[in-house]
Amino acid sequence: MSIEVRNLIKTFDDKRIIDDISFKVNNGETLAIVGFSGSGKSTVLKLICGLWTPDSGEIITTPGDIAMVFQYSALFDSLNVEDNIAFALHERKDLRKKYTEKEIRKIVKEKLELVGLKGIEKKYPSELSGGMQKRVSFARAIVTEPNSILYDEPTAGLDPISSTLIEDYIVRLKEETHAASIVVTHQMSTITRTADRIIMLYQGKIVFEGTPEQMLRQDNEYTKQFVTASLEGPMKIISDN
Amino acid sequence: MGSLQKYYKQSATYKICSGIFNEFATFLDTLGKITENGIEVIKCILKGEINFKELSDQCYRFGITSLPITLSIVGMTSIIVASQVALEMVKQGGSNFVGLLMTVLIVREVGVIMSGFAIISMIGSSLASEIATMRVTEQIDAIEVLKINPIRYLFVPRVLSGIIMMPPIVIIASTVGVIAGAVTSNLTSGLSYRAFFDSAWLGIYMKDLGVCLLKAVFFGGTIALISCSSGYYAQGGAKGVGLATNKAVVWSFVAIVIWDMIFAIAFFF
Repeated sequence: MSIEVRNLIKTFDDKRIIDDISFKVNNGETLAIVGFSGSGKSTVLKLICGLWTPDSGEIITTPGDIAMVFQYSALFDSLNVEDNIAFALHERKDLRKKYTEKEIRKIVKEKLELVGLKGIEKKYPSELSGGMQKRVSFARAIVTEPNSILYDEPTAGLDPISSTLIEDYIVRLKEETHAASIVVTHQMSTITRTADRIIMLYQGKIVFEGTPEQMLRQDNEYTKQFVTASLEGPMKIISDN
Repeated sequence: MGSLQKYYKQSATYKICSGIFNEFATFLDTLGKITENGIEVIKCILKGEINFKELSDQCYRFGITSLPITLSIVGMTSIIVASQVALEMVKQGGSNFVGLLMTVLIVREVGVIMSGFAIISMIGSSLASEIATMRVTEQIDAIEVLKINPIRYLFVPRVLSGIIMMPPIVIIASTVGVIAGAVTSNLTSGLSYRAFFDSAWLGIYMKDLGVCLLKAVFFGGTIALISCSSGYYAQGGAKGVGLATNKAVVWSFVAIVIWDMIFAIAFFF
């Protein structure tokens, strides 16, 4: 077990965004959390990585780092690619004195090669395409050798070919790091190409749990509506506000 | 009872009272957050957790980039004051006191407070918008996920640069202010430079210089701390960045005037 979530509840302004959900993700496994926009998918990630505190419930992770790849990469725009990737190695108390500058440069180069990039160490994020920024953010996330990696909409806003590339790197990183991975997405190609298991959220609750094959069989009325992108079904895209 | 409550909530009295209460609650909340961040910054500094590369970058930004505007504002204020008082004082036979008045005014008040205003508009606003942009683009979230204390990384070098750079800025600006005052007095009333500087030394004591530098330290640290805190709690997108910048400027202006009043009462009352 690497990530276990038990009876998680999170409320914002009297509205329950996450409503008593539980799931597990094992090492070397990728779980996709799917659902319509506003169903609470990204909230789950922010609770797991500690950015937000749950109202109740437990999040149990094996000791070690949890890395997160943000939806819009969240690279530090005042730092070049090398300094972005090496940020934790330079700034974190427990890592600061562990490596020499030469070793840090070597690690940065290795991580960049792992995501299929080289020779861009001195470029700034604004000089890179959206897909490249995303891959640099992958490299930054894995530099601390995390045992869990969280991806928030990793392929959102990318063209289909860049999306395929990113999906391949998610699979590759899982194989290389054996980390427990959670991918939040609503893109079908990302779900089918990266996930071992899927949970679907609707109004903060889990309405489906299974494999990509089970989801595509559309036995469940929620997955049927999601896969066929139909307006007819149990999920209503109407704001409660 | 329910309809009475509904009717009451629609009344102007209720809206005015709840508006005032909400504003007061927001004020206390902001003050609490700034204080909390200030304590965290002091803790980091005492532990020696300082990123010296970042500190030197911020010192350059705080000191060098703001200098032209600061010198212009302090210099022009001196010219305005000298052009108003020098001729009148010479006419009334007070030519021996023009230099004294101008120097005391500049060293005790104009130099430091006008420099503070210049720094707020140049540096405070840019610090707040920079950190607010980092907040709304999830860069601060990324720092936290990487297990790095954002106060140590973002606040400490900026606040420390304010504390370090504000005194030299004020010294340079006050010197320029006194020289501008002497030149203006000479041009408007024909007062000689010798007469101006002879009287200038009469009214200035070490205490004035010490209080001036102490004020500069407090102003620099306060402006940087308020600006960073305003940006740090920004919410939403472009609007949130704008509101954070606005808050930084307004709060900093009010804060340095309050500090100035406290110093005036404590040292010159």
